[in-house]
Amino acid sequence: MGGTDYHITATVLLRNSIILKDDAVVFRSEEKGAAFLKEAYGQLGVEYPRFYKMDALSKMGLVAADVLLKNNFTTAYRPEQVGLVFSNRNASIEADAHYWEASQEYPSPALFVYTLPNIVIGELCIRYQFKGENAFFVSERFDAEWIHWYVSDLMKRNLLKACICGWVDVLDDRLDACLFLVEQEASGRSSTFTPGNLDQIYKKDYGK
Amino acid sequence: MENKQELILHLKEQIIKQLKLEDKKPEDIGDHAPLFVEGLGLDSIDALELIVLLQQEYNIKLRNAEEGQDVFRSVSTMADYILAHSS
Repeated sequence: MGGTDYHITATVLLRNSIILKDDAVVFRSEEKGAAFLKEAYGQLGVEYPRFYKMDALSKMGLVAADVLLKNNFTTAYRPEQVGLVFSNRNASIEADAHYWEASQEYPSPALFVYTLPNIVIGELCIRYQFKGENAFFVSERFDAEWIHWYVSDLMKRNLLKACICGWVDVLDDRLDACLFLVEQEASGRSSTFTPGNLDQIYKKDYGK
Repeated sequence: MENKQELILHLKEQIIKQLKLEDKKPEDIGDHAPLFVEGLGLDSIDALELIVLLQQEYNIKLRNAEEGQDVFRSVSTMADYILAHSS
């Protein structure tokens, strides 16, 4: 690929009761689902005033992105040079179900606004002031080939210099996030941005 | 109907619950402090939730959107509106 090689410069895996940054455990708890996210939010020092109002998908995306970007992210990029490309299997089903339940009595505007999966991207754009290209795809499984193709295309056309991409899926108490920071320039312990490397990180067995 | 001070305390508890302000306590909200932008920093979605709260808990409907700017200025102005419009 020569000049079109891009780099995975950081990774985060948030799965059920553990969070790993670049293979190292940064947080572990016996709590599950929303309680786990609340505990992680407090203990990891994530700061975002809207946290408690958000649905589980956005909370998980925020915690995962905060861990991913902390100490890794350069502020040298312009806001429009940083994009987000996410995917998942269950879209916004948690928020949809909560909204439907609440609507039996009174429809809640605050729940309604989270009944689209791409709202997590909007929250991250507000939090970090990103203004680059973004997309949210719903697919049966983590599709490394597709993410690689889509993000590479945005990079190739120079629409992005950096992209936060990956998988963010919530169903009941099951949390599953795997995010990658992909940049045009390599740094530190980066690995090449390939479908094989994405798959390897996503499928990592962390002994849990 | 409660007196105004009791209603203000009750309203603060309801606002915290309805708007999911988990990191706030009733005593963190000043009776006359602005609810939007400064003060509690509420946004437009929160405004809709406050309208729902008035309908759901007090059976009061705002007559028009402009009225909301005065009604939702603070917890105290909300309490005044509720006391004036409760049947």
